[in-house]
Amino acid sequence: MATGKRPDKSGSVEGAQGAGKMPTSDELDSRRRSLEAKLVSKGVGPKPSSGDKGTETASGVAQAMKLSSEFIAGVLAGAGLGWLADRFLGTSPWGLIILLLLGFCAGTLNILRSAGRVAENRGVTSIKEANRDKPE
Amino acid sequence: MSNDPIHQFHINKWIPIDVGGIDLSFTNSSAFMLATVGVASAFLYLTSSNRGLIPTRLQSVSEMAYEFVASTLRESAGNAGMKFFPFVFSLFMFVLVANMLGMFPYFFTVTSQIIVTFALAVLVIGTVLAYGFMKHGFKFLGVFVPSGVPAPLLLLVVPIEIISFLSRPISLSVRLFANMLAGHITLKVFAGFVASLGAFGAIGIGGAILPLAMTVALTGLEFLVAFLQAYVFTVLTCMYLNDAVHPGGH
Repeated sequence: MATGKRPDKSGSVEGAQGAGKMPTSDELDSRRRSLEAKLVSKGVGPKPSSGDKGTETASGVAQAMKLSSEFIAGVLAGAGLGWLADRFLGTSPWGLIILLLLGFCAGTLNILRSAGRVAENRGVTSIKEANRDKPE
Repeated sequence: MSNDPIHQFHINKWIPIDVGGIDLSFTNSSAFMLATVGVASAFLYLTSSNRGLIPTRLQSVSEMAYEFVASTLRESAGNAGMKFFPFVFSLFMFVLVANMLGMFPYFFTVTSQIIVTFALAVLVIGTVLAYGFMKHGFKFLGVFVPSGVPAPLLLLVVPIEIISFLSRPISLSVRLFANMLAGHITLKVFAGFVASLGAFGAIGIGGAILPLAMTVALTGLEFLVAFLQAYVFTVLTCMYLNDAVHPGGH
């Protein structure tokens, strides 16, 4: 029965997996489901319900818009501050260089925060954040 | 011109006004902002003037809008944040009605102009800063100092936090603006395909069915985006106001 189930890939797969028996697709499915459940319970991975009524693509586009605007905003804010510092303090070009780099850091921080991978630094907010579903 | 997807965003001066070298002309953008305010006020006034105990359909729409904003604000900024309710509700209604008016053919979309969304976002951040400093004084600066960071690292972390804070109005405005702009351009481009394919005779007309179906689907999607962006703008406003009401949380 086992040999009949995998007539094609027996050679290569058996070599890689050793003599142990191959997990069937049902087993793989159940493993995947339990992994997903674990990830969700740890707060990683996709949220079970984001409150978004749109299609998969629409929420993907919204996510992309959200994250990219966060990053771009960080870089722009850094560059703008650097430009202002150079202009009014006469520190050209160091203000722009340093603040632009810090702007990249801030943009990355923004992305991580809005994706929920880094806690907000505000005690009260962070507790509430965990309970509320994120805006998409 | 009819196929230029950018043409819809052109600002035309309707009544040129010039005060001391500053251009204060009444443009189509100003007209649609006025229309937005007018439609929103008229809708809310007319639907709530009856105040039936059993709401009519339209009355329940405006009640839903009220409840929706009130619960969003209370959830993120607490009861102390409810003093900002008129502000947040006005912002929500303005953005929502402006987005929805933009969905009419030949109408101008106010929120697809970055200066408009940026002005709204600066208003939000200005309120946060002004109220934060007024209420908490210099303790408000605690927003920029994450707890539990070693002192030497603060030299690096605090500037990053400040830039991150200053980037909020930018990301708030860019998100709304980019969504509206991209959506309207996409819609226009697909609708343009229909017209230009239709010029190729029978095969072209057959082929035009695909972009036509796409346009219909995109129109629905755009209505969703128009609402969603107004919602996102409101939620983020509430979150930022929360910083002003409870800075640091310690």
